[in-house]
Amino acid sequence: MSQVDLPATIDAIRRVREDPHRLGHRGHGPEGPVVGAGHGRTGPASKRIVVGYGFWIFLLSDIIMFSCFFATFAVLRGSTAGGPTAAQIVEMPRVGLETGALLLSSYTCGLSFAATNARSKLWTQVFLLVTGLLGLAFVAMELQEFISLAGRGITPQRSGFLTSFFGLVGLHGLHVTVAGMWLATMMAQVQLKGFRREIIHRLICFNLFWHALDIVWIGIFTIVYLMGVTA
Amino acid sequence: MFGRLSWSAIPFDQPIALITSLVLIVVILGVLGLVTARGWWPYLWREWITTVDHKRIGIMYCLLGVVMLIRGFADAIMMRSQQAIAINAPGYLTPEHYNQIFSAHGTIMIFFAAMPLVIGFMNFVTPLQLGVRDVAFPTLNSVSFWLTASGALLVNVSLFIGEFARTGWLPYPPLSETAYSPGVGVDYYLWAVQISGIGTLMTGINFVTTVLKMRCPGMSYFRMPMFCWTTLASSLIIVAVFPILTATLAMLSLDRFFGFHYFTNTAGGNPMMFMNLIWAWGHPEVYILVLPAFGIFSEIFSTFSGKPLFGYRSMVAATLFICVVSMMTWLHHFFTMGSGPAVNTAFGISTSVIAVGTGVKIYNWIFTMYGGRVRLGVPMLWSLGFIFTFVIGGMTGVLLAVPPADFLVHNSMFLVAHFHNVIVGGVVFALFAGLDYWFPKAFGFRLHEGWGKAAFWFAFFGFWITFTPLYILGMEGMTRRLQHVNVEAWRPMLDLSLLGVGVLVVGVICQVIMLLVSIIKRDELRDTTGDPWDGRSLEWATPSPAPFFNFAVMPNVEGEEAYWGIKLRAIESQQLSPEPDYQPIEMPVNSPVGFYTAFFASVTGFALIWQIWWLAGLGLAAAFAGFVVFAWRDVSEFHVPVEEVARVDRARRAAREALLERLAQQGALP
Repeated sequence: MSQVDLPATIDAIRRVREDPHRLGHRGHGPEGPVVGAGHGRTGPASKRIVVGYGFWIFLLSDIIMFSCFFATFAVLRGSTAGGPTAAQIVEMPRVGLETGALLLSSYTCGLSFAATNARSKLWTQVFLLVTGLLGLAFVAMELQEFISLAGRGITPQRSGFLTSFFGLVGLHGLHVTVAGMWLATMMAQVQLKGFRREIIHRLICFNLFWHALDIVWIGIFTIVYLMGVTA
Repeated sequence: MFGRLSWSAIPFDQPIALITSLVLIVVILGVLGLVTARGWWPYLWREWITTVDHKRIGIMYCLLGVVMLIRGFADAIMMRSQQAIAINAPGYLTPEHYNQIFSAHGTIMIFFAAMPLVIGFMNFVTPLQLGVRDVAFPTLNSVSFWLTASGALLVNVSLFIGEFARTGWLPYPPLSETAYSPGVGVDYYLWAVQISGIGTLMTGINFVTTVLKMRCPGMSYFRMPMFCWTTLASSLIIVAVFPILTATLAMLSLDRFFGFHYFTNTAGGNPMMFMNLIWAWGHPEVYILVLPAFGIFSEIFSTFSGKPLFGYRSMVAATLFICVVSMMTWLHHFFTMGSGPAVNTAFGISTSVIAVGTGVKIYNWIFTMYGGRVRLGVPMLWSLGFIFTFVIGGMTGVLLAVPPADFLVHNSMFLVAHFHNVIVGGVVFALFAGLDYWFPKAFGFRLHEGWGKAAFWFAFFGFWITFTPLYILGMEGMTRRLQHVNVEAWRPMLDLSLLGVGVLVVGVICQVIMLLVSIIKRDELRDTTGDPWDGRSLEWATPSPAPFFNFAVMPNVEGEEAYWGIKLRAIESQQLSPEPDYQPIEMPVNSPVGFYTAFFASVTGFALIWQIWWLAGLGLAAAFAGFVVFAWRDVSEFHVPVEEVARVDRARRAAREALLERLAQQGALP
């Protein structure tokens, strides 16, 4: 595979678009069944399909776990026990910055994978690093928010509402932190071992995970922060 | 330094717990000593502890399940004897101890006996039936097993160090909050179940991927054996509901460790939220257990009737119907919460409706037998006993689904009898049936039939003598979980129930003797052909015991009942298909990562229970280090040479040819 300077060349994008496994093409097209797609007629799927598929299932379960924390937030949001309400603790400018950092990191994460598809080690590493730094900025801002709230005596021990608030937002922050550690190990693997088959599979999974965390954050941003301010 | 841990954690003042733990420790040390003296460690490490072979992992799951089944049964004996003795008397168990026993009984039976056995069968059977060589993620599979084992270890450690929960098998708040349960009991429960639950979740992910993406050529969805469908349905439920369990237990842990207010009855917490969350997991959980059990029965009814499964497609539909509706009935566990008539009615109807799916299955099994050549082997006896038992258990369940009736018998012995009726009659009978059915495939010889039949009859009558009186006691108003009773009139029924436990004990002894006799007589009981029951699905196409790569050449499926088709062709043409072109096989290498993960999960769990924070941090850091080291490995697969593949398969073909010749001489061929 040739080294391509810019990840977003036409060639690279074309390679991203052309799924060799033609997932979602139930009729198999005019060429007949595709070997390796895991459909009934052709035997087990290829490793890449199996790994990606399994990770999608994991993401589904992770999102169900988040949904429980969303549900408890919905139940407990009014149970302030005389303590502060959502409107009193939300600082929109900071949350806006956090959201911006995380959304931008999803974009750079996507760029890193385009670079991976073009087999450009340099640009993969650059965009992974930018993704990681944006994630770090997000976690730092969130931590700062938590610390400043705790300084004002606003802790999860205060009320049911605050419990569910810190639980939901904190769980997401924990996910981003763990994903950041994963990202660091991925960068080390790419650097030392190059684009081996299993490392590309792991990069696919990492990308899926990072985007999923972004989607969950959009839910948190809407339900916890935006609806909290307007309520 | 050691958090809450001190010498006072060891129950020197409780003779029963102390003696049991000492005996356990002596037995474990004895086993470890024997293994060391005989030099078995390298073998164990190489062939079992680090294995990623789905069949070996399945066998280890079953072994764990059987050991914990005996532990849970010991708890049951203590409960039934305590209640029979403690009528207007204190009995021999203190209330604190009795509460731990019924909590441990439920926790162990569901999480560490039934689940490992069910998952063990899923592991052992599914890839063989799908005609593939392994599950989608073999190393993850090993991690899942060892995490489950680590949870079981923590439950057993609680016997000797500290105490177990006194809150029932589901730790309802506010009782389970720190204010009312300050000890480590609930924490043992939380971390044991949390760790094993993560293992189960990964199993679910693994098997959804396996069934959907790892099938041999030609194995389309509607050609899969019924057990694979039920594995898929059960795994889908696992993926959908185990995250709820993880979340709920995490919330209760936060309440207990850091004073959060998810489920407290102060500062705006909401205890009823726990009931909703835990049963949103808990009700689907019983279908996670019973659907694979239905799959086992489907295989057995069809094999032992010599007929294809009646109504295969309706069976698939019923399975998936149950899979979906199982998640819509959870509120019937607390009709008395006070949700009002509209909500209760909706859940009452959904609960009754789910019985329709099960009804379809029952009729299909009966019609499978109709017109067939029914052989009454041991697996078939368990299956017939199941139909009788499960139908009655199901009907008492429909009775409980009616909210006004439920209000009368809520939390009574009637409920206890009902759910034992469906779980013992449905799941445990299936596990014993499956054990007998697939044992030859795992070990190469059949189990002794006479002792197997004796075990069935004692278990069947023992079950009914134990639980029929409990139905009656429930109707008379006896609530569950009583350490002592003061109604003299209940004595005959409690005595009768204890007698039933005695019959069950005889059944268990028969099972043990069956195992010993079978091992001693293994040469007489040897399964030379790999197809001892005249089977219909692909696991019987392999030799017994199956080679680690399962199939020398991946089967090519051309119709429903894959192996039956191959067999019929061989019989019609009076010869095997031509010898295939053997290729080297790529198999995953063994990995210690499962054992490593479980070791640090146990250490971290123990540290969290006793709040030894530095140790917990150390455990987590070690887990991350393990993750990095595992990611760095260079070789993940090895090749089985062609000669080895050909040697194993030629031996199999020779056995099959000998069988064909024997049949031809008997004039059994057309």
